[in-house]
Amino acid sequence: MRWEHWLYTVPLRLRSVLFRRDVERELDEELQFHLERKIEEFTAQGLSPAEAREAAIRSMDGLEQRKEECRDARRVRLADDTLQDLRYGLRVLRGTPGFTAVAIATIALAIGANAVAFAAFYSVVLRPLNVPRAESLYSVHRTGDGSGNQSYPDYLDFRDRNRSFEELAAYSIVQAGLDAGDAPSRAWVMTASGNYFDVLGIQPYAGRFFHASDERGPNSAPYVVLSHAYWRNRFHGDRGAIGSVVQVNKHPFTVIGVAPPEFTGTLLFFSPDFFVPMVNQEQMAAAEALSDRSLRSVFLTLGHLKRGVTTQQAAADLNSIGADLERTYPKEHGPSTFALARPSLYGDFMGRPVRAFLTALLLLAGLILLAACANLGSLFAARAADRAREVALRIALGAGRGRILRQLLTEAMLISLAGGALGLWGSIALLGWLRAWSPFPQFPVNVPLAPGPAVYAVALLLALASGLLFGAAPIRQILRTDAYDVIKSGARSTQERRITGRDLLVAAQIAICALLVTSSLVAVRGLARSMSSNFGFHPGNALLVETSLEMAGYHGDSAPAMQKRMIEEIGKLPGVSAAGLVDVPPLFNGDVRTASIFHDDADDLRPANAALRPAIYRVSPDYFRAARTALIAGRDFTWHDDSRAPHVAVVNPEFARRMFGGADRALGRHYKLRDGRRIQVIGLVEEGKYQSLTENPKPAMFVPLLQSPSSQTTMVARAQGDPGALAPAIRSELRRLDPGLPSFIQTWNEGLSLVLFPSRVSAAALGILGAIGAMLSLTGIFGLAAYSVSRRLRELGIRIALGGSPRVVLAAALGRAVRVLAFGSVAGLFLGILATQVLASIVYQATPRDPLVMAGVVVSMLLLGIVATWIPAQRALSVDPLRLLRED
Amino acid sequence: MSRPNDLVQGTLDLLLLKILALEPLNGWAISQRLKQVSGDVLQVSDGSLYPALHKLEQEGWITAEWKASENNRRAKFYSLTRLGRRQLRKETESWTRLSQAITQVVRLEEA
Repeated sequence: MRWEHWLYTVPLRLRSVLFRRDVERELDEELQFHLERKIEEFTAQGLSPAEAREAAIRSMDGLEQRKEECRDARRVRLADDTLQDLRYGLRVLRGTPGFTAVAIATIALAIGANAVAFAAFYSVVLRPLNVPRAESLYSVHRTGDGSGNQSYPDYLDFRDRNRSFEELAAYSIVQAGLDAGDAPSRAWVMTASGNYFDVLGIQPYAGRFFHASDERGPNSAPYVVLSHAYWRNRFHGDRGAIGSVVQVNKHPFTVIGVAPPEFTGTLLFFSPDFFVPMVNQEQMAAAEALSDRSLRSVFLTLGHLKRGVTTQQAAADLNSIGADLERTYPKEHGPSTFALARPSLYGDFMGRPVRAFLTALLLLAGLILLAACANLGSLFAARAADRAREVALRIALGAGRGRILRQLLTEAMLISLAGGALGLWGSIALLGWLRAWSPFPQFPVNVPLAPGPAVYAVALLLALASGLLFGAAPIRQILRTDAYDVIKSGARSTQERRITGRDLLVAAQIAICALLVTSSLVAVRGLARSMSSNFGFHPGNALLVETSLEMAGYHGDSAPAMQKRMIEEIGKLPGVSAAGLVDVPPLFNGDVRTASIFHDDADDLRPANAALRPAIYRVSPDYFRAARTALIAGRDFTWHDDSRAPHVAVVNPEFARRMFGGADRALGRHYKLRDGRRIQVIGLVEEGKYQSLTENPKPAMFVPLLQSPSSQTTMVARAQGDPGALAPAIRSELRRLDPGLPSFIQTWNEGLSLVLFPSRVSAAALGILGAIGAMLSLTGIFGLAAYSVSRRLRELGIRIALGGSPRVVLAAALGRAVRVLAFGSVAGLFLGILATQVLASIVYQATPRDPLVMAGVVVSMLLLGIVATWIPAQRALSVDPLRLLRED
Repeated sequence: MSRPNDLVQGTLDLLLLKILALEPLNGWAISQRLKQVSGDVLQVSDGSLYPALHKLEQEGWITAEWKASENNRRAKFYSLTRLGRRQLRKETESWTRLSQAITQVVRLEEA
């Protein structure tokens, strides 16, 4: 029935559109045939040929109208007209290549920025984790700090006693040395509970995964599952690697399988090199990771919620287990409550700032698009005014205003789609580059930004919407066109109003751009300032030497001896002025260890009674000298502060204030650790930054490495000159001490990259957006100036003919553009000051009230104004009055 | 005044379909046939014929073919399609129903 209808009509419609010329010819021929018969008939009735012809045409009741009716019958009017508009639009746009290029570039920049921002937002915030049934996958986090860590015994309790999860898996992240028969190398390891892969429901790419049934007590499952990428890079994709035995931290492990390529763990940004069962955790991290209830060695627990269980119900379930654990193990447990979150960004801990940043980016990109639309809207309005005569002529010839608007809109759409395609292409290239970018050489961090159908769809929608938006700018103008008036006296007769909608558009756009320029300058300045602020140590010309004694098989007493030898030997190297060890340097990867401490007179040493939880640093003698942390009072540690000597500590002023009520009252006083050890304060060092650049003063204590040993240490080596030149000497010295010792050397400034990453990324993003904003205001001002010059060419010609000075001519030509620029810039700067709070949340120490930033904005906008008005100004000054007056 | 006032709207379609059901014809021949069968009662202007034919063609009820006419000139001949026959049946039925109803109404005796 229906299909039969289509069978006839579809080919006809296609033919009407695609072979319009043939169809038209046939129409002519058909009517011609009729006319000829009619003429014959009339001639036979005795009319002269001319009379017969006239009568025949008259009998058709208006030949052309009949033809139009026949065309209407084809039902492809819209497609037909659109094609005609497209052809005409392309011709017009080709006729003004400069305008077309500027317009396409403008919209391409804006769409590109939006595509990148949306792709980032989509891949990080909107897209679920790439595992089956990701919608019911949740991780367990502490309310309060949002951290997800647990002790292993606690994890087992939660796993076995909860009634909300189908199954609860756990994982941690550690570094380990892997030796596959060649040189040992450092690798990032995910230690996972046996049920990890089964909980996620993924299948191996090759070989097998480990399972809960493999777990038979500590160190019972020496298996390695390689990530696909690591298998490709380290094992050259060799299937023979499966089944082979490798050394992990000098322990034999069997490679049993390879994970699928799309699976890179359950933490976005972070792809581990391989997976080992968590029951073998102690071979990785050497502590009593599996038995100590006070050691939160599990990084995150996660699982699928049972059908019908809400996150609130699950949290209540976990809280009741937590409360029970607190009652049972008061010495190890503080009070804690839990909430469920998404595992991909470690819940809100990382998720909140990342989401906030990406949302801000999306908003700024939206502003860019708005600015671009305002910009193009004003350009299109100016163009429509220039074409007033053409429009008036078409109206006079009977074209409907709707038809003319549609034609102009088609032009706008052509521009916006071309620009959209170009922008999307650029953004795909940029995303590819970002994906390949690995911001921290020592971390397997990647940026999972993939353009996909969603991104393409958004780019297309934005292009269409912005085409409609700026294409609609000249509507009012067209609707008000009085054909008679325009044709009689030209477009110039319309009254020049004081402020036009066009001026407002440009001013709004300049304001947005000035706001973007302000924010980018603020960001760059904030970054520069945060680099030069006081960290409590001096990262310049110092090296961080990370050695993994654990991976090289140093345990127990052999570690301190090796540490002492390293300090002595490296401290003796020429060019090294001081060397010291610290377990984890401050501001290093945002990683801070804390310890509960108690007043000297406290007896009940349970976590809930802790007086303070300061950051704790285990350091060797000379660490303060190597880090250039100033000692305010008291003394530094010596090698005599060992396990046999009285326990001592050096604290910072915040610690002294909070614990003893004043910086000057700390020296000589005692406090207690959780294991009951009494510690005497022997020194006071300057305040510093420990976890992040933006933190408030934090209490910190430093204890001698010999009194609380740690096999994980980083050496700080202070160079006399260029620290980079020192690295090879240190590396060869380490190799001389122990060839099997994996090491990683970087400058301390490089070591700060993770902590500085947020401000760097936001400075870069804001910088790029600011540059785009500057470019947009450039084209916007250029458009306005060029338009106002071309519109007043005749007036300028008369001024020059009458002997007007260049100053007068320029004032007449560009005064309006300059006023709009000034107004917009001031508004933008003002908006920037209003947005201080928002900016300060993204960028450290950001304030637009900084005189340098203010001056920077003013100078930038001024320069942009000069550049943008340069060409129109030249054109205004070179007006040849004679030619101009003759022409019109 | 393209459509004759006395021609009920839509009836032209029925007439054209009916004429073409008898044999394929070109536009000129159709106009002659219309005059011939209806005398002067149904006046269809030459002008309104072609848009009506094109509309029927686009509906898929008639199909066109270029053939030599009686005096060996190329002309566009229209013929009925399967869909057209069905449409003709439908329109004939509704026309019959309508005209019977109107006839009955007209024949009502005035009291």
